[in-house]
Amino acid sequence: MASYDELVPRYRLFMLTYPYSRFRVRDNPVATLAVGLDQARVALVTTGGLLPRGASAFDRTVNGGDVSFREIGVDADVRELIEDHKSDAFDHAGVAADRNLVFPLDRFRELRDEKRIGSLNDRHLSFMGSIIDPRRLIDETAPAAARVLKADGVDAVFLTPV
Amino acid sequence: MCNQTVGLVQAAIEREGIATVSVSLAERVTRSIKPPRALLVPYRFGYPLGEPDNPGLQRRVISAALALLDRTDVPVIEPFEPVGT
Repeated sequence: MASYDELVPRYRLFMLTYPYSRFRVRDNPVATLAVGLDQARVALVTTGGLLPRGASAFDRTVNGGDVSFREIGVDADVRELIEDHKSDAFDHAGVAADRNLVFPLDRFRELRDEKRIGSLNDRHLSFMGSIIDPRRLIDETAPAAARVLKADGVDAVFLTPV
Repeated sequence: MCNQTVGLVQAAIEREGIATVSVSLAERVTRSIKPPRALLVPYRFGYPLGEPDNPGLQRRVISAALALLDRTDVPVIEPFEPVGT
């Protein structure tokens, strides 16, 4: 895992004192995969702040963080995705070199073509992390994202932070 | 903070009946949020799949994560062992 020691002191202090338990998921919902992975429709979700061409930028000025998300089409060229994450608490060089590092759409297209997964959903979702106050995320946009995936008939979701 | 966002979105998706697995870079955060299935990777912030332009390593991380989708003994936080990288 990453170490807080790699962070500059102000981020290290923030991470060590932030009240994560305040936002603990209370009822721990658990779903089961209804079909085999080779039959499953899969979607990706990243918090890497990636934008498809033409999408509006994330709003860096929102107090507590921008809780919105963008849709990325399954046929997107990952090299054309814009990395728009506002945080300077991580090294952006890796994702600048290869978007698959945080949003492995090319890898999942390989898995689909090899029939290791059933199919890939037509759309995948991108949030920008750095959400200090996640209440609107919990109440509004995360459930909205989940409904998008449910409506699409997604069976399994792979999520990545940065 | 990204690891918290991932966990909270993950819970919302599970609530809709869709099985999920996430990659975690921050064990303390993930143990607090308690997503049902998470693969704890030994990489730094910004590098959840290990290395850029290393499809083999990225595939191994993904495969290890997808292998957790069948797990029902949740919450499960499984360490990723990057053998052969």
